[in-house]
Amino acid sequence: MADTDIHRTVETVFRIEQARLIAGLTRMLRDVGLAEELAQDALVKALSEWPKSGVPDNPGAWLMAAAKRRAIDRLRRARVQERKHAEIGRDLDEGRDDAVEQIDAALDDDIGDDLLNLIFIACHPVLSPEARAALTLRLIAGLTTKEIARAFLTTEPTVAQRITRAKKTLKEAGAAYEIPRGEERAVRLASVLEVVYLIFNEGYAATAGDDLIRADLCAEAQRLGRILTGIAPNEPEAFGLLALMEIQASRLKARIGPDGEAVPLPEQDRAQWDWLLIGRGLDALEHAEHLDGADGHYALQAAIAACHGRASRAEDTDWARIAGLYDRLAAVTPSPVIRLNGAVAHSMAYGPEVGLALLAPLERDETLRGYLPLYAARGDFLFRAARYAEARAAFEQAAKLSRNTAERNFLLKRAAACGPAGPITC
Amino acid sequence: MRVMVLVKATEDSEKGLPPASEFADMMEAMGKFNEELIKAGVMLAGDGLKPSSHGKRIHFDGPKRTVIDGPFAETRELVAGYWLWQVKDMAEAVEWVRRCPNPMRGPSDIEIRPLYEMSDFEDLEKR
Repeated sequence: MADTDIHRTVETVFRIEQARLIAGLTRMLRDVGLAEELAQDALVKALSEWPKSGVPDNPGAWLMAAAKRRAIDRLRRARVQERKHAEIGRDLDEGRDDAVEQIDAALDDDIGDDLLNLIFIACHPVLSPEARAALTLRLIAGLTTKEIARAFLTTEPTVAQRITRAKKTLKEAGAAYEIPRGEERAVRLASVLEVVYLIFNEGYAATAGDDLIRADLCAEAQRLGRILTGIAPNEPEAFGLLALMEIQASRLKARIGPDGEAVPLPEQDRAQWDWLLIGRGLDALEHAEHLDGADGHYALQAAIAACHGRASRAEDTDWARIAGLYDRLAAVTPSPVIRLNGAVAHSMAYGPEVGLALLAPLERDETLRGYLPLYAARGDFLFRAARYAEARAAFEQAAKLSRNTAERNFLLKRAAACGPAGPITC
Repeated sequence: MRVMVLVKATEDSEKGLPPASEFADMMEAMGKFNEELIKAGVMLAGDGLKPSSHGKRIHFDGPKRTVIDGPFAETRELVAGYWLWQVKDMAEAVEWVRRCPNPMRGPSDIEIRPLYEMSDFEDLEKR
């Protein structure tokens, strides 16, 4: 193997192994920054030794052993320091052997738990959502600082600083390094799921953009979701979120038209949907429901997405079921945006007048002032109720709020379809 | 990127399932490997295929369609199983295949083929 090939192999092996390396080391050292540093040391060692010795038969175990040795050296030195400073009279050798055993036990223990714990730490609520996302992509997904910077449309130094600061914050906050239990676990898991979905949406919102790495964020988030369900198989909301992401991602190809414009769901070419992902999404949703998680925040959203996924033609969509799911979702997660989407579903199931009635209180809601989808929905309901002049005004108002050319053109086209401009008479 | 990982057939695999004890060992090893793939978020789908004696081929020639019954002769070109994986790049797929337990009794091959992605079609339109 040429040196460059070996370098590539080392880097690939490291990418596969680094999350577990860091996870195992973090459990032992209780310092995620130090753990990452030691994992990097193991990589440097592999890069210098493998070209001479050849790639070992079990490269993952080799990296683990190298990192372990570094960790033990560190602990020994730290103990010597501690002893010098505090002059503790305990037998050093005894302590040393104990440390080695502890590290062995930590690294040989169930890797799934360590990895889950690392995800909990990376998504710790003391960190801002941006910091959590950056740290998760760095430590779990193994993205480089450069890749994260590109994905979040920011600079490399900004991301590097964000990650460094996050590690410092974790250390200063004395973040707990045990897997949270009970009530605490639910809160921490919600924080993890929020971060994964934030990463997904960052990619999903950008699919019209030119940069493919941004769309790749969806794939990274899906992969994180799959890892999470793999190592936390009893968490219904992890399956709910995975289901939601798989089903939404199944439409990535179909939701962008030839000129880069967004194609609304009913008009999408369903043959372009990724039916493998829809199948995976439906499986994950079923799993969430089996775990008594049917009324979870993500499971309900996934169930709504699944209603579309189950319909092979737009006219087969079960809107009454979707409307019911929105009502349940609004009960779990009170939000005017969810109520707006629910109004759309009710209008599809029971007619535009029902939609308009549900919209009325939302139009008085301060939080939805200037919210484009509200005006677009209003335009659509009015159009379907044959109140064209009012519909036209609503679409024009929505178009004014748009900051995206393709979207604005779409809304203006809908306005034009309402007939000639004129005074609103009704 | 997504890749399809094809486990190529051998004379043995074309005969059907191996003896029970050997089969149990193989399933255990493969089960562990699949578990690793799941925990790494790599696995999308996968299964083993029955020998080609259970298969059929439909030959296309213009408007003509001819159905041919298995088994098929070119054993080493046949597929005995597959996975669909989500990986970062080809190098990652290669590394995972290296870790796969030997799927066959004798020498055998596993082939990795990347799927077409959205970006490939965009390039096509630009040509």
